[in-house]
Amino acid sequence: MIDLNLIIERFPAFLGGTDGAPIMSTSDGLQLTLELLGLSLAFGLLLAVPMALMLVSRNKWVARPVWLYTYVFRGTPLLVQLFIIYYGLSQFDWVRDSWAWEYLREAYVCAILAFTLNTAAYTTEILAGQIRNTHYGEIEAAKAMGMGKWLMMRRIVIPSALRRALPAYSNEVVMMMQSTSIAGLVTLADLTGVARRVFSDTYMPFEPFLTVAGIYLVMTFALVWLFKKAEQRWLAYLAPRKH
Amino acid sequence: MKKPLLALGTLALALSATVSAETLRFATDASYPPFSKQGADGKMTGFDPDIAQALCAVMKAKCEIVPQDFDGIIPALNAKKFDAVIASMNITEERKKAVDFSDKYYNMASRLVAKQGAQINAAWFKGKKIGVLRSSIQEKYARDTFAKQGAQLVSYGKAPESFMDLKAGRVDAAFVDAAVGDTDFVKTPNGKGFALVGPDYNDPKYFGVGSGIAVRKGDKALLARINGALKQIRADGSYDKIQKKYFSFDIYGK
Repeated sequence: MIDLNLIIERFPAFLGGTDGAPIMSTSDGLQLTLELLGLSLAFGLLLAVPMALMLVSRNKWVARPVWLYTYVFRGTPLLVQLFIIYYGLSQFDWVRDSWAWEYLREAYVCAILAFTLNTAAYTTEILAGQIRNTHYGEIEAAKAMGMGKWLMMRRIVIPSALRRALPAYSNEVVMMMQSTSIAGLVTLADLTGVARRVFSDTYMPFEPFLTVAGIYLVMTFALVWLFKKAEQRWLAYLAPRKH
Repeated sequence: MKKPLLALGTLALALSATVSAETLRFATDASYPPFSKQGADGKMTGFDPDIAQALCAVMKAKCEIVPQDFDGIIPALNAKKFDAVIASMNITEERKKAVDFSDKYYNMASRLVAKQGAQINAAWFKGKKIGVLRSSIQEKYARDTFAKQGAQLVSYGKAPESFMDLKAGRVDAAFVDAAVGDTDFVKTPNGKGFALVGPDYNDPKYFGVGSGIAVRKGDKALLARINGALKQIRADGSYDKIQKKYFSFDIYGK
């Protein structure tokens, strides 16, 4: 039924060792998936914090553009966004003639761009929700201390919202990790890309996809564990009393 | 009292007659013009489906053409999603381990498609990106030769995707069947400034003896019928008629 030898024999390919090369000799597989995930989450979070502040603004000229952005990027499939960026943009001569083309011609950059814009939209909404949820007591206390609007944002509202966003954000991170699997559709050899390559080399569907499913599961466990530790540390003050 | 019963009997007879008209499902590559192409109405056209229809006409069967991405076509055949594959698939030793092949139905060289005037020699490949179809014989050949000369391979699921990236400048060349590169890219407005460059690649060790129709391993009865039908369409001129529709040269080879 399932050929264990094939799984063992091909396993190094998922860790960057294609065709008998030593593992980690290329960035194919696990390393590429982790790079795509790490970079897009980092850039996405950097974008999301200011955008969340804009989204909760009372000035509609500030809030509306961000609302539109999150609406568009949360309302369309990530795969479609990736195809628009990868295949769509390259159709325009002015894109190909611009300085940006040096980067956009790389599938790697296109994938990170699409993933970043997508996760930034979701993270913005998560953060904005938590900023709106800030307890009025914290705000009153800050005002009573004589803090101005920006100082209050920087010292009280944002740190508090980021902590409370942790549980929802951990879901977003796990979803994003699974979403990186579509990178293979624009020629990248991430974990799923490698699985497809093994599949079409050996004509065996079960073994490579089961292997890759196992690797994703282990990564999910690791991420969930990390976030649990983070919540224990930074959300301890919200945990139910133990005595 | 008897009459309705009789009518019912005739109806059952008529029904069984329609059922017994056998349907053969042939898979083609979803997008590999001029060999196969999906029309706006969803119908497959091209050299491969036309040959399939001609074979079915000889075999007195109803043909159903199933489009399928090339990289999953052999597993899908073995999973009985269809009965045979006519997808410009080169007959190779490695594939023979997974499927049985008919006699060749054409044999054509592979070529590089690149910017007009590119001088292809061993030194040219250094640092170049070359688009190939995932799990194609071109990919295997390129991995063993071009990659060793310093080229980087980029794998695609469909030929048009590699042409699009060639036009956009993401790859420096695409390595495909000569006729595909010619008809589907070089001769189209998209392929302006590009040409088939370098030599014919037809090393039998990689490229085999031509393209064959694949059936599941051990499906001897169907294979024998397909081979018989192939001989007949070669002899009665219907092969030549289809060939003329798509190519200005003979692609059957020696």
